[in-house]
Amino acid sequence: MKGRAWYALLVLPFVGVLIPSFYNRAEPALFGIPFFYWYQLLWVIITGVLLAVVVYATRDTGDV
Amino acid sequence: MSSGTVIFVALILGVTVLGFFAARYHAANLSDVDEWALGGRSFGTIISWFLLGGDLYTAYTFIAVPALIFGVGALGFFAVPYVTVTYPIALIVMQKFYSIARERGYVTSADFVRDRFGDRSLEIAIAVTGVLATMPYIALQLAGMEAVFQQLGGAFAVSNGFIALLVAFVLLAAYTYTSGLRAPAMIAIVKDTLIYITVIAAIIIIPAKLGGWGAIFAKSSAALAAKTPPGDLLLKPGQYFAYATWALGSAFALFIYPHSVTSVLAAKSRDVIRRNAALLPLYSLLLGLLAMLGFCALAAGYVTKNNSSVIPMLITQFFPDWFAGVAKAAIVIGALVPAAIMAIGAANLFVSNIANGFSEARVHAEASRYKLLTVLFCIVALFLVKYLQPQYAIYFQLLGGAWMMQIIPAFVLSLWTRWFHPKALLIGWACAMIAATWMAVASGFKPNITFVIGGGSITGFLALYALAINIIVSALFTLVLRKAPSEAYQA
Repeated sequence: MKGRAWYALLVLPFVGVLIPSFYNRAEPALFGIPFFYWYQLLWVIITGVLLAVVVYATRDTGDV
Repeated sequence: MSSGTVIFVALILGVTVLGFFAARYHAANLSDVDEWALGGRSFGTIISWFLLGGDLYTAYTFIAVPALIFGVGALGFFAVPYVTVTYPIALIVMQKFYSIARERGYVTSADFVRDRFGDRSLEIAIAVTGVLATMPYIALQLAGMEAVFQQLGGAFAVSNGFIALLVAFVLLAAYTYTSGLRAPAMIAIVKDTLIYITVIAAIIIIPAKLGGWGAIFAKSSAALAAKTPPGDLLLKPGQYFAYATWALGSAFALFIYPHSVTSVLAAKSRDVIRRNAALLPLYSLLLGLLAMLGFCALAAGYVTKNNSSVIPMLITQFFPDWFAGVAKAAIVIGALVPAAIMAIGAANLFVSNIANGFSEARVHAEASRYKLLTVLFCIVALFLVKYLQPQYAIYFQLLGGAWMMQIIPAFVLSLWTRWFHPKALLIGWACAMIAATWMAVASGFKPNITFVIGGGSITGFLALYALAINIIVSALFTLVLRKAPSEAYQA
């Protein structure tokens, strides 16, 4: 991807966690933790990874 | 004295000494405001990670998030998506602000606004907003400390913890006065290390003792249902909009608080900010785990009207005494760090943008007034703790957050556009401040307000509604003022 286009990846966390109807359920549970909770915790990790990718990929690109 | 108390005192004294020695880190002339208030803009990636982490994740956060989960269940988990989406926002906004700020020598957000628009009234409005929003936040950190002192009992609990708080406050004021931002930066290393150790230990030990997550959530469900009003493990559809807007709105507001801006400007390069945007989410994971501890409190069968006591209760019940000392020190130090940075941030705004105005000649100003104001703000916060009922401090904090968001058009949006007219921004800001205050009172100082429209009702984050009003009014008046032939405003 070219320079600034990488920033588009950052839309994903918003879609992932800001539409509660997508994930507001208990199943499937993980280690006894309802889906609602482990899904959002997973997105913390995914967002960290996405940010690392974007920061690295745009290291020589200017500001948005 | 129990072993826990000994460890607690040792850690607190240790960071106090560290605070005074911090002046020697990248030693420089601390009577220069850039050095005192912004650490000489010299902090690298790792120090900034500790500083920003210590700054953004306060003792109040650690007490309040589990307290909210304990009180209402799923809705309280909004804090997790909040600290998830805040970092993409922070990356985009702060890398741009940092570049401009470094070049132009800004110390505050209001510096940018004044430099951009040349309008003194708007500069003052932005600065006043920041100072007002920060005051209750400092007070709540001090209140958090007081709560730990009360729990420790003995000499600490004299006068309901106020004497111990006074001692801690004097030490805080002394080393902050001496070392400036370097003090909380150094202490943050200790603070964050202790917090990580405490939470990781808690999340390993406590669920195991409670029979695993399946059992914890089953008991939590029952405990929540028994409350008045009943809480829930999942959201109701009527809460979806509130949950999303509360998370999104809070995410926008986090980095524009004066203390966040101060910590960002202390970085030595734009790359430090960018890297931290990717590294700070580790703290968000920590916060998520902390939120889960709120369910542990429910499962442990606590019954209390004071939700804020659940984390101290968990610590006392499940940790051996010596480790409880570590955990309590973590909370107290977790309050000292942000309290110091918030006081510096508020002082920066007051001296730079209220008492004086931004000008290029002010770069490398004398630090003495900043130092005095910082101590003064700490004193004001101490008064708030002593004389304001805790519930009112929390209300004030909520209102402060809603107010804080109203600098977004002038500070954040204007990083990308000069289209807005400064007077229009001022009017938009004023309308939004009034709207936010009115909505907060109307909702009983809950963050989300319910409006009845047509046949149904909608509940959403009132600060975001106020921001919408802000943008709309600013845009309308910009159109009007730009058309007025007498206006000499140049873009």
